[in-house]
Amino acid sequence: MEDRDLGGLMQAFEVANVITENSSTRTLLLKGRLESAQPGQFVMVWLPEVGEKPYSIASAVPLALTVSSVGTVSGKLAHLQPGERVWIRGPLGKGFRLMGEKHLLVGGGYGAAPLAFLAKSALKQGGQVKVCLGAKSEADLLMERRLVDMGSQVWVATEDGSKGFQGLVTSLTEQMILEERPDCVYACGPTGMLVALAEVCKRYQLPAQLSFEGIMRCGVGLCGSCELLEEICKQVGLPSGWLACHDGPVARFDGGR
Amino acid sequence: MDELLETTFLGIGLKNPLVVASGVLGTSASLMERAAREGAGAVTSKSTGSEAWAGHANPVTLAWGNSVINAIGLTNPGCQEELPILVETKRRLNALEVPLFASIFASTAMEFGEVARVIAQAEPDLIEVNISCPNVASDFGEPFSANCASAAAVTRSVRSAVSIPISIKLAPNVPNLAQIAQAVVAEGADAITAINTVPAMLIDAYASRPVLKNKTGGLSGAAIKPIALRAVWELAQAISVPIIGTGGVASGLDAAEMIMAGASLVGVGSAVVNGGPAVFRQIAQELSEFMQQEGYQSLEEMRGKAL
Ligand SMILES: Cc1cc2nc3c(=O)[nH]c(=O)nc-3n(C[C@H](O)[C@H](O)[C@H](O)COP(=O)(O)OP(=O)(O)OC[C@H]3O[C@@H](n4cnc5c(N)ncnc54)[C@H](O)[C@@H]3O)c2cc1C
Ligand SMILES: Cc1cc2nc3c(=O)[nH]c(=O)nc-3n(C[C@H](O)[C@H](O)[C@H](O)COP(=O)(O)O)c2cc1C
Ligand code: FES
Repeated sequence: MEDRDLGGLMQAFEVANVITENSSTRTLLLKGRLESAQPGQFVMVWLPEVGEKPYSIASAVPLALTVSSVGTVSGKLAHLQPGERVWIRGPLGKGFRLMGEKHLLVGGGYGAAPLAFLAKSALKQGGQVKVCLGAKSEADLLMERRLVDMGSQVWVATEDGSKGFQGLVTSLTEQMILEERPDCVYACGPTGMLVALAEVCKRYQLPAQLSFEGIMRCGVGLCGSCELLEEICKQVGLPSGWLACHDGPVARFDGGR
Repeated sequence: MDELLETTFLGIGLKNPLVVASGVLGTSASLMERAAREGAGAVTSKSTGSEAWAGHANPVTLAWGNSVINAIGLTNPGCQEELPILVETKRRLNALEVPLFASIFASTAMEFGEVARVIAQAEPDLIEVNISCPNVASDFGEPFSANCASAAAVTRSVRSAVSIPISIKLAPNVPNLAQIAQAVVAEGADAITAINTVPAMLIDAYASRPVLKNKTGGLSGAAIKPIALRAVWELAQAISVPIIGTGGVASGLDAAEMIMAGASLVGVGSAVVNGGPAVFRQIAQELSEFMQQEGYQSLEEMRGKAL
């Protein structure tokens, strides 16, 4: 399994193996490594005749993607079989940077995709990893087993109460911040969740690293398509004109410390 | 502030000669403000047409080394929606004393005049007339930059529609660039922007098809710097209006070379991939250092030195 330096261009990767995560989500393990990739970075994934979309790097060695089937590109990706190919460019953007020793990871929906990669790096450094996972219901949960098996401690929030805490993952996270006093919060999920978490972390003067989404077209900071809305920048305290593909996807906040 | 880099272009004062090229960071007031804060001497907005246009589907861009290929396809909200964005941008750039160049395109010469009239209400310092995008032939027909008559017709239409300065943006892939430039200058163009991207394509052997959804795209960045230098050098000898020399500039030396080829201002687009929006400050600083080392007192002294 060779380490690949894509140098910006698209390269074909063969699917080596497929893991079913839940009813709509699969992880594609690809033949090849992207050793320079950091947790929180993303790649642009191209399927000829179908399209090209951004996906978080779920693992770098081997390169893996966790895809929830919701539409055109994800639907095709999630149903690929071993031996079929995907085309990748990246790694792109700025990822998470581990801070301190007590890490609190938060994932909403398929936002859990990059967390296993982050948890793995944190544990390797000897850090302590706690995770709050949120989903609509138990069937939509992602990565719980994997994170537990790795040696992290996982709490779950479901909106319908089918598993764990009933309610939003942000409420669960606030509780965990108070109980665990982490050194930094790392989160990936829907914008609403991130805005709420930014607020919570600011209140507790806690450093936070939040991974924002954008509509990626060029993926390299030229076209402006992924710019975070100015009002969201103001809400969370980012400079306006913030580009998810270049400045992010991970935004770092020092918690006012 | 660096006095060495200050310049006046068509009566407009700039802190430095570096202009954000159209289509790069020019989609919103907040991004254009950012580019200005990051050190750009002037900012060009993304080309706008008469109606909203989604552009092409992904893949639209690939970047390798210092080169880029793109087929964004002139994504824009239409000039009526663009107008308030430009009004707000102008307000923010005024506060920073950075001029705004507004780029327009259209599918007929008459429509160019109509779009220009709408956009002029935002009072940009210059309207850049994009007649040379290589990525929309299937949508809007052959670029008007392809021959003297069509380039002149567009210029006439825009010239009669607005009184603010206009620059016509030309393509390099013509055999008679100098004549085309002379034709648009004869119709009242105040400046020339050169060059737009160069028609190009990438094919992936494993996929056995073109990579860009639009199949063909426009090449920019390091790969086209020699093409841009040649074009600007030829134009500088053929016309007396100032030139916004654009193509492959990523360093202070690149900018100096473009100015020596005869450019008055220097467009920078693709260099943002590796340098981020802060690349404008970096190039400006490198240019200033080069001028100090070599004893140039002003940009004027360097301009056209290689002619
Ligand atoms: C930095 C970044 C990282 C990402 N990482 C991942 C990842 O690791 N795994 C992953 O599965 N996706 C990820 N995404 C989302 C992914 O890029 C696509 O947007 C998503 O797969 C939908 O694309 P599509 O072509 O399948 O759907 P489309 O055909 O574009 O949409 C079809 C329908 O699905 C709906 N839809 C679109 N996106 C979503 C969504 N996110 N959730 C629910 N409904 C949706 C749309 O409203 C539409 O009705 C990431 C996005 C970004 C910006
Ligand atoms: C992603 C991208 C989008 C572009 N969009 C436009 C556009 O809308 N209008 C235009 O006149 N030129 C457009 N261009 C061309 C640039 O303005 C410039 O002429 C060209 O890229 C050469 O400069 P560079 O090598 O510094 O990028 C675009 C270029 C790129 C890379
Ligand atoms: S996707 Fe083009 S700037 Fe981010």
